[in-house]
Amino acid sequence: MQNVIKEGWLTFKSIFIGMGVTMRHLFSPSVTELYPEEKIELPKGVRAKLYVNIDDCIGCNLCARACPVNCIDIETVMATSDVDLGKTSTGNPKRFWLTRFNIDMAKCMYCDLCVPPCPTDCIYMVPEYEYSEFDRTNLVYHFSNLQPAMVAEVKEKAEKEAEEKRRKKEEEKKKKEEEKKKKEMQAKNELADNSDEKNDSSKPEKGD
Amino acid sequence: MAEILGNITISLVHVAIPLTIILLFALVAIWGERKIAGFIQDRLGPYRVGGWHGWAQSIADLLKLLQKEDIIPKDANRFLFKFAPFMMFTASFAAFAVIPFSSAYIGSMINIGVFYLLAVTSILTLSVIMAGWASNNKWSLLGGMRGAAQLISYEVPTIASVLMVIVVSGSLNLMTVTEMQSGNDVLGFLPNWFIFQNPFLIIGFVIFFISILAESHRVPFDLPESESELVAGYQTEYSGMRWAMFMLAEYADMLLLSLLGATLFFGGWNSPFGDFMAGPVWGFFWFMLKGLLLVFVMMWIRWTLPRYRVDHLMHICWNVLIPLAFVNLVLVALWEVIF
Amino acid sequence: MEQVINEIDKRQMVINMGPQHPSTHGVLRLEVVLEGEIVNEVRPNIGYLHRCFEKYAEEVGDYSKVIPYTDRMDYVSAMNQEHGYVVAVERMLEIEVPERVEYIRVIVAELQRIASHLLGIGAFGLDLGAFTPFLYCFIEREKVLDIFEKTTGARLLYNYMAPGGLMRDVHEDFKSDTAEFVKTFRPKIKELNDLLSYNKIFIDRTANVGVLPVKVALNYGASGPVLRGSGMEWDLRKNDPYSIYDRFDFEIPVGKGELGTLGDCWDRYIVRVREMEQSLRIIEQALDGLPEEGDVFEGIPKRVRPKAGEIYTRTETPRGELGYYIISDKSGGPFRVKARAPSFVHLSLLPSISKGAMIADLVAIVGSIDIVLGEVDR
Repeated sequence: MQNVIKEGWLTFKSIFIGMGVTMRHLFSPSVTELYPEEKIELPKGVRAKLYVNIDDCIGCNLCARACPVNCIDIETVMATSDVDLGKTSTGNPKRFWLTRFNIDMAKCMYCDLCVPPCPTDCIYMVPEYEYSEFDRTNLVYHFSNLQPAMVAEVKEKAEKEAEEKRRKKEEEKKKKEEEKKKKEMQAKNELADNSDEKNDSSKPEKGD
Repeated sequence: MAEILGNITISLVHVAIPLTIILLFALVAIWGERKIAGFIQDRLGPYRVGGWHGWAQSIADLLKLLQKEDIIPKDANRFLFKFAPFMMFTASFAAFAVIPFSSAYIGSMINIGVFYLLAVTSILTLSVIMAGWASNNKWSLLGGMRGAAQLISYEVPTIASVLMVIVVSGSLNLMTVTEMQSGNDVLGFLPNWFIFQNPFLIIGFVIFFISILAESHRVPFDLPESESELVAGYQTEYSGMRWAMFMLAEYADMLLLSLLGATLFFGGWNSPFGDFMAGPVWGFFWFMLKGLLLVFVMMWIRWTLPRYRVDHLMHICWNVLIPLAFVNLVLVALWEVIF
Repeated sequence: MEQVINEIDKRQMVINMGPQHPSTHGVLRLEVVLEGEIVNEVRPNIGYLHRCFEKYAEEVGDYSKVIPYTDRMDYVSAMNQEHGYVVAVERMLEIEVPERVEYIRVIVAELQRIASHLLGIGAFGLDLGAFTPFLYCFIEREKVLDIFEKTTGARLLYNYMAPGGLMRDVHEDFKSDTAEFVKTFRPKIKELNDLLSYNKIFIDRTANVGVLPVKVALNYGASGPVLRGSGMEWDLRKNDPYSIYDRFDFEIPVGKGELGTLGDCWDRYIVRVREMEQSLRIIEQALDGLPEEGDVFEGIPKRVRPKAGEIYTRTETPRGELGYYIISDKSGGPFRVKARAPSFVHLSLLPSISKGAMIADLVAIVGSIDIVLGEVDR
């Protein structure tokens, strides 16, 4: 009996204390942010969307290698010797045409691992978070600023130059080989001369 | 013939008035509950639909629910499944017939008003178990069983606490009960409400309030639904308009029991200031205000407390409330006899 | 025989709790054998959130590329997960970590512990039908996340720690923000106690429910608040100090069976509440000791390439002992990473403590052991 009274008293007491707490909150201001109308200012360096300053990119592929989910896809073409791609704002010389620089934000997990390796600080996160799409392919961002025609041209050029180089190389190789052959021939000849002599002298012996 | 037509017309009016009140109340109360919940939790609650603080949220929800597909589980008992929500609403709706909304209006002036009300609302039990069983879902079945046990058990303390008032008033007619509470004579200034007339009725009201919380299955006694244990209890398989019917019935039940409490303990449509602001229209205002205050307390409790467990629920009912109620009944009666 | 089976079938009911159920904390499926409302047997079914963490760690070939994935194991306490992994890698590399880095790590780890416990407590209340404390907890948790967002740039999965250092230096307001949070959070714990911890209904629901004796807990290998709730004073921050935890003065709160039996749900719950207070103490001391100057990047080795060998490192996360067992084969990436997840262990002791409980208690017990399914399934 005593127990029941005590329990009942405790129950009522704790319920009233709890109701007091909720009553106080009933009149305290709400913490709701009315999102589409009011937007919170995001702090500096928030990780929301990847951005590439393509003018500064030297095509080193370090970010793609650092990415744990392989969402960065880079294709580079070696610049031909007749073009000078200039330098980045950090002073690194650019040597590659960036024919493809795609980031698939649908795959990206915002880990920030691609940012520190960049030698020119051209890949970074920007505080932009409203980029939903109905089609998933729209989430693949193309950062390369080369037109398709340009890409083809550049590729062709590069191929040509590569071809040229290869040819040169081959020629050089051939030359070298020829020289080598020549030398060999010479050596052989010399050897042959020697051996001829030897042979000459030895043949009859053999014949014997 | 004309007489029959006249009777039918009058009946229809008597149906329409409480129905309007219930529907309006449900729209306002669902919005209000979400607002109160929001403010208690430092949120804003519904805010967009209709402009000012999302006042049209309930209407939008209703329209949405109307458009929803009517899904009935394959192995459900189709008839009972369809029937249960309407039966539930009918049960609480029918009971409004004997509630005196103002000195000028009561649906049916019958001598056994309280008895009728309690008898009709016990159909609720049946519809809960009906919905739970017909869904052919284990969670629903558990919810239905819990609901049946809870509603039947808590009818006893409800009736006992109502009986305390009846002992004082000596009438089962709610209109008479209300009329007996007019005037401001208690201690010279307090209104003649039963809760002030007899100190033991304060305990009676506490018992009554706890019981109606359980009867309308609100937190901390919302075991039949208990969303974190039984998914949604007996409502698990319901969707669309049928589910909305359950919701409506729940709110109608809440209003009914709050209004009953206001009638029995807080003087019904009587103004708290004697003759000041009295009259049929003011009477309706006071009556609804008292009822809505009780509803507010129910909501306030809901957003504060955790839920009881089934065995605690039964323990509170049979071991605490019922003995207390009967002891208190005797004390109330003694007070009446002595003073 | 057939008759017997029928008899059993009639009295018992097998019910699937989850994977879609409001209170399974993710995607857990419990096969529950019920007799009325009494639970006769529970069989947890896991694997719905399996993401091949360990296999990935083997394949990736880079130690630091694993860190974002450790975040995703226990996504509620990502900082602590990283901390454990980073400590393990550092021990393999045998490198010293700069003082400032250690202090910052301790502060963020303790903030994360508070955030994680707030979620655990709030969700526990929610399981018992108390909706409001859940949101109050979330308001406070939000403040912690704001501090993290300012510092790391992310709100949930930080990837903040690197072997030997940190990915970024802290925000300039970090110290004042954290001090402010510590100041405002203390009264909130009291409010939480008023609203939930000492509420009689809450006590009725949790005291004497799901009693876990110390012996059983030890046999299953329980750790963290679950073990401490059973009365065992065991905290890896004290018993096997890593990082710089041996410098701080704090207590290990243990369950005492104040309102029921020792090791019940309420004990486990209150241990979490009191641990938050202790975490605040650690944060205060760490803020005092935090060196103003120091480069957080200088300790990061150019190439993470430990000697061939193996290591097991355990750290105290909000859920218990998180162990990383790493084998190195001298290549750039780990040969094998095994994570010993506390949630997994705690889930496995669920059947033994929920026998004979009611279905409402089962929900309370699952809530009180505070599992995160991302860590169970990995």
